[in-house]
Amino acid sequence: MNRFDYIQPKSVNEAIAAASAPGSTYLAAGTNLLDLMKIGVSTPARIIDITRLPGLDEINWLPDGGVRIGALVRNSDLAYDVRFSRTFPSVAEALLSGASAQLRNAATVSGNLMQRTRCAYFQDLASACNRRKPGSGCDARGGENRLHAVLGWSEHCIATHPSDFCVPLVALDAVVEVEGPHGARDIALEALHALPGATPERETTLQPGELILAVRLPAQATVYAGHTRYLKLRERTSYAFGVVSAAAALEMSGGTIRTARIALGGIAAKPWRARAAEAMLENVKPTPEAFAKAAELALVDARPSGDNAFKIALARNIVVRTLTLAHDGTPKDMPALPASPFAATPGTSHAG
Amino acid sequence: MSLSVSVTINGAPHAIELDDPRVTLLDLLRERLELTGAKKGCDRGQCGACTVLVGGRRVNSCLTLALSLDGSEVITIEGLASGDALHPVQAAFIEHDGFQCGFCTPGQIMSAVGLIAEGHAGDDPERIRELMSGNLCRCGAYKGITEAVLEVQRAQQTGNRKDAA
Repeated sequence: MNRFDYIQPKSVNEAIAAASAPGSTYLAAGTNLLDLMKIGVSTPARIIDITRLPGLDEINWLPDGGVRIGALVRNSDLAYDVRFSRTFPSVAEALLSGASAQLRNAATVSGNLMQRTRCAYFQDLASACNRRKPGSGCDARGGENRLHAVLGWSEHCIATHPSDFCVPLVALDAVVEVEGPHGARDIALEALHALPGATPERETTLQPGELILAVRLPAQATVYAGHTRYLKLRERTSYAFGVVSAAAALEMSGGTIRTARIALGGIAAKPWRARAAEAMLENVKPTPEAFAKAAELALVDARPSGDNAFKIALARNIVVRTLTLAHDGTPKDMPALPASPFAATPGTSHAG
Repeated sequence: MSLSVSVTINGAPHAIELDDPRVTLLDLLRERLELTGAKKGCDRGQCGACTVLVGGRRVNSCLTLALSLDGSEVITIEGLASGDALHPVQAAFIEHDGFQCGFCTPGQIMSAVGLIAEGHAGDDPERIRELMSGNLCRCGAYKGITEAVLEVQRAQQTGNRKDAA
């Protein structure tokens, strides 16, 4: 780890002013940043520790029924908040399917949004990586790439965004509140993470010095509470990043879908909203055929970036499965294995 | 740059001057305070051997900057027992053979103490396994670990019912 200056600002304004110095990085819990500093991928000259900023660790319900989640709310505190998990159950399920209990106790809302890809070539200083070192190339192309992107990738970068939390958030139209040197603004979460194109080093649309203060979920997203799930296929049962994942939410009216929300994780450099599939499901019966067609539409632009064509079929299947379980209804209790496609019924054993 | 941090560790207050901002909580415990119970396994938050309680919550001490903990209360494996009387989780690990080589054990025990305090597992072995997945055991003592946690959970629930009666 490189030596750095350490600053603990007392206010948001102080933090933003401190971040104007070149080489500055905001530090929240550090569960990703410290790891990347230890392996030399991140080398900030200046750490601005925002964990003591006042007022950013609150969950506030808005008068219209939406919610504002402070940037420093810990993942576990949000997932186990009774009102939050009842109102946005697939978001709570996604949170509890991510990382480990220890990491969820530390990791923050804004840190989850700002976490970096887990692409092994991004983490390995001996490998070429346009995201880490612009213009150096991409060793993931032609390398071990079975877990890499199948949507939105470019010849310059095929990395994926690893977040679970962001997937249902994007499906539910979450908005990110940021403040920076030029004032405050809102960014749709869907527009926060950038696709690589020719500039994979530009990972988000945040401007220099901008700090995330909160994430808002709109009141409209509460209509899905009864029919929403997040499912995540992993290479082991727990404590693993997703190979593919999906969030689905249905607004049912009688026996018909009024509106649908679908987003995919683990398949692109950003959480992937499937709007064409959502539109197709409006005002139709929730049949297996309709769900299969929606899954086709969600992946229609997908193409392998390497040895990962299987992820396209897997992603279609996880969309169908998530829609099916969402239609069955949100479980009354959080499943013992959150987001596991292998434990549809509580109490199903994975370890005999 | 003057870097100081005040933390309470196992009940004892410490005011520490650091010459380097890079010190993690794990390194502070092991290298500066001679509390070597928390282990440095992977040093990357993947194995759980460094688990301690900060403010009563289990976290990976290897991924926590000591400087950001000013004013915090930390409990390590060294702070669990009362004199010669083992903490119930420690006793249950012995009773159920919850370890072989013992390297991961301080982290496992601190994680189990945190899990029980969180109160989300009940007496469901599946939920215990899921909520202990941040602690790896290369000897594969998972069966005994699960049974140990389960026993303490059940004993607490029985105790709570007695208290209520």
